Order: sequence, then C-alpha cells, then structure tokens
Amino acid sequence: MTMSFRKKIIFYVLLSVSALILFAPTIMAVVMSLMTSQDILTGSAPSRLILDNFIQTFEHFPLLQFLLNSFIVSIVITIGQILLSSLAAYAFVFLEFKGREFLFYLFIATMMVPFEASVIPNFHTIRDIGWIDTYQGLTIPFFATAFGAFLLRQNFKQIPKELREASQIAGMGHFKFYLTVVMPVAKSSLVTLGIYGFLTSWNMYLWPLLSTTNDSVRTVQIGLKQLQSQEQLNQWGVMMAGAVIVIIPTLILLFLGQKKLQKGLTEGALK
Amino acid sequence: MSMSSLAIQTNEINLEYVEQVKKRQRMKNLLKGVLFLLPSIILFSAFVFYPMIRTIYLSFFLTNTSGVTTVFVGLENYINLFKSPIFLKNIQSTFLFVLYTVPATVIISLFLAIIASEKLKGIGFFRTIFSSTMGISVAAASVFWMFLFNPTMGLLNQLLKSIGVEPIGWLTDPNWALLSVSVTTIWMNIGFTFLVLLGGLQSINSYLYESADIEGAGYFYKLRRITIPMLSPTLFFAITVSIINAFQTFGQIDILTQGGPQNETNLIVYSIYREAFVNYQFGSASAQAVVLFIMILFLTAIQFKLGERKVHYQ
Repeated sequence: MTMSFRKKIIFYVLLSVSALILFAPTIMAVVMSLMTSQDILTGSAPSRLILDNFIQTFEHFPLLQFLLNSFIVSIVITIGQILLSSLAAYAFVFLEFKGREFLFYLFIATMMVPFEASVIPNFHTIRDIGWIDTYQGLTIPFFATAFGAFLLRQNFKQIPKELREASQIAGMGHFKFYLTVVMPVAKSSLVTLGIYGFLTSWNMYLWPLLSTTNDSVRTVQIGLKQLQSQEQLNQWGVMMAGAVIVIIPTLILLFLGQKKLQKGLTEGALK
Repeated sequence: MSMSSLAIQTNEINLEYVEQVKKRQRMKNLLKGVLFLLPSIILFSAFVFYPMIRTIYLSFFLTNTSGVTTVFVGLENYINLFKSPIFLKNIQSTFLFVLYTVPATVIISLFLAIIASEKLKGIGFFRTIFSSTMGISVAAASVFWMFLFNPTMGLLNQLLKSIGVEPIGWLTDPNWALLSVSVTTIWMNIGFTFLVLLGGLQSINSYLYESADIEGAGYFYKLRRITIPMLSPTLFFAITVSIINAFQTFGQIDILTQGGPQNETNLIVYSIYREAFVNYQFGSASAQAVVLFIMILFLTAIQFKLGERKVHYQ
C-alpha cells in the first residue's frame, strides 16, 4: 500500500507532536537532573549541564544498595515466574488427568483476587514467618501467576503433539521432554514473560513499602519515595537524578523488548 | 471349547488388562499433573486464596494492633463503613477517578496506536516513545508530575502565568487534586494500553484492507468499518484492565497527595492502607478490602462473560 505524499506528511506531523507531548515529562526530568539548583529555582534555561545531582544522590542515599536490591528482587521474581508458569502450562497442555479442568478454573479465579484486597493477611503471614526485610518476603508471594501460565499455555499448544509421541517412543519422560524440548522451543515466549515479569517487579510499590522497614533489602522505588519526602524543596535536581536512575533499566529493557512484549500481551490477553 | 468362544475369552482378558493399564496410566498422569502444578497451587493457596478468606473473616471482627482478632462484631464493620461519610466519599472519588482516567487513557492510546500502525519509515522510533511510559515506575512518574504541578516552579503554572491566568494549586486545591492525579495516571497507563492496542491492530488480517482498497474505500471508512469492529475484543480487554487498574491505584496517591486535600483523592486502596497500616484497624480495613474485592470480581466476571462472546473472530 503506497501513501500519498500529503498523507505521509500529516501522519509524520501527528506522530511527532504526540511523541513530543508524551515524552515531555521524561525529557524534562532528564534535563533537570543535569541542571544546577540555581537554574531550576530561577526557572531559566540550563546555563550549563552538570553531573553533581547524580553524585549527590549516590552520596546522600544508599542508592547503590537500593538498586542492587531491586535487581535481585526483580531477577528472582522473573525466574520464579518463568519456572512456575512453564510447569503449570506444561501440565495444562501435555498432561491429561482428572481434575485438570477444575485446576484450570482455579487459576482463572486467582485473576479475580486483586493483590491490594488481600494485602492485610499477606502482610501478617510474612511478618509471622519472619520474612519482613528479607528477599524471600519480597519475591516468593509473586512467583505464581495465572497470566504467565496462560501466556505459555497458548505457546505450548502450538507445539505439535507428534513431537510428544515421538519422544514417548524414544522413552523420554515428561520432565525430560519439558526441559529439553518444550522449554527451548518456547524460548521466545519465555523471554516475553521474562520482560513483563521484570518490568512489573521492578516497578512494584505497595508490597515493598509494607514488607521492608530498613535499607537492607529496600527497593529503589521506596528509596525514591524516601528521597522525595526527605529532600528539601530546592533539591529538585537531586530528586530528578534519582528518578532518572530508577527508570533507566526498565526503559532499556522496554526499548529492546517492545516488539515481543506487544505480541505477548495480545496473545496472553485474548485467547 | 469352540474356537470362537476362546477368542471372546482372550478378548475379555485383554480388555480387562487394557483397562487396568489405562487406570494405572491415569493415576500416574494425575500424580504428574499435580506435581507440575504443585508449586503454583501451594503459592496460590498461601498468598491468594487463604488471604482472601482471611480478609472476609477479619472483616467480621475487631482486632488489636498486631492483627489478632478480639471481638466478633458481625456486620458492624460494614454498617459503620456505609454510615461513614468519609468512606462513602472515598467510594465516590474512586468511581470519579475511574471515570476521569479510563475513557481518556483508552481514547488517547487508541489514537496513538492507529497512527503508529501505519507502515512508515522510522515508525519503530515513535512506537518506542509511545510505549515508554510503561517502563516508568509509579514512583518516578509521581516525582516528574510533582514538579510539573509545583505551585511556583512547576511548568504548568509557569505556562498559565505566561498567558496571564492565576496559578492553580494542582495538588492542594480540593477542586483540582483528583483531576491532577488522574492526569498523572492517564500518562502512566498510556504505554501499556498503547502496546496492547497496537498488538490488536497488527493482528487484523491485511486482506480485509486490501479488498476495501480495491473497492476504493477511504481512510475513515476503513477505520470505522474494519479497524474498530475487528479491534473490539482487544479494546474490550484494554478497557477492563484499565478499570481494574484504576480501582487498584495506590502509588501516585501515596506520593502526590496522601489522600488529601480533604480526602478528595483518598481512593479505596489508599483508604485500606491507611486504615490497616496507619490506624491499625484491621477489621474495618478488611471490610473495605472485601468491598474492593466485590467490585473487581464483578468487573472481571463481565470481562469473561462478554469476552467469551467476542473472541470468535480472532
């Protein structure tokens, strides 16, 4: 389909204007993180660009510790989700047994329970088993996801049944088939789920706020909230520097995985 | 014994044997199935089903500050909630918030997805920008907008000043606060909604457009007659997810307004959080959580009911 020149111009104008408006807050944050507080306070254009704000965020705050915590928490959740979702999806596709239907509906039912509505007993559970301020308290409650299981189930269904039959003839058990055939074949979907899992874990807010009481395992999101509530009014540059550091890993991941994510979201969502 | 009866007998033995093997196979499969699903089932039980039941249970009690039940009060927590003008106001704010954020998010994202689905040079760049807010956490987004809303230095009031309009207390004026939080939320949610809708647009069969082109159909005709109807399942999904997300809003409230001014932005999840973890009224907080749960259950049920019907032409 070719487009007339005039139509192309209209689209480019629409695209550019939308992109500019939508991206403006982010650009503003990046520019402010490089400005002197004097320039910010007087509301003038940056007279010079400096890195002092970034140095200050790292000096005044255990930001490195927070970043490390966030990385550990996000990676552990991501791996846990991939593992549990793929095992569950495998059972739903390749294993036929009584009660499968029921378990499938049980998985669907979990999607109807919002985490926010069950946060009180979850907090008590984690507190009572002594998991406050631990990595396991921050990660394990999020390992099992119905979304992940459905996304992978969709993908596993496309693996030809003949492959399983052939492997059975070769004397391959279910677990070996899962590990050596299904997982490699479904790599692309696993990556999609991984990107989604990392993004959502990195950006988690309510649970880390409740389940951490000190800096030892606190994630960077809560660190940013602290920075925001403790900094003086004239420290906007430092705050923006903190915010920019927080979004860099997820933005990079999003830019690299945007295509996969978009495909995965529609597949997992609709079928 | 005649040949035929012998054959029948061995057949019966065979059948019995086959039955037995099948039964054993089924048992084995059940065991394996449960084994593969066990990790998920255990975690769902511990962190989804048990807490849900426990929340309902707690909602009938008063508790001490560490969450141990003290007095059974029946429905009193609920009655008190619906008698409390503050809670009713919170519910009202939550619904208003849904109304402010969901249509705007979906319409803007739909517009962006439509213009970004054209096959143009450099379109990948625009798609990346449009989806970027999905990578921006609620804490970071709130910091960005906190500055934009700043009464003296903020960009928004600077703009108003330059055209001679009185500055607005975006986050401190009861008339504006909920709207300001909504704008932040719309901005944050565009990235995700855009990606979902773009995915939906790209899975529409291009054959439909080609035959419309042969008929000489115009751009807006195709948009109305092909794109929107074919996109309806995705659109429906996007709307439901947006509504559920709006009900679950917490982070931006916690950072931008703390529920103020005058409880204008005290949305339900924030209200639950305050009641449970600031006031330590776990019983009453649980009753609020049950109300939230029922609202979301209702919406999800509609999603499944209607979604099922619409999925056939995917």
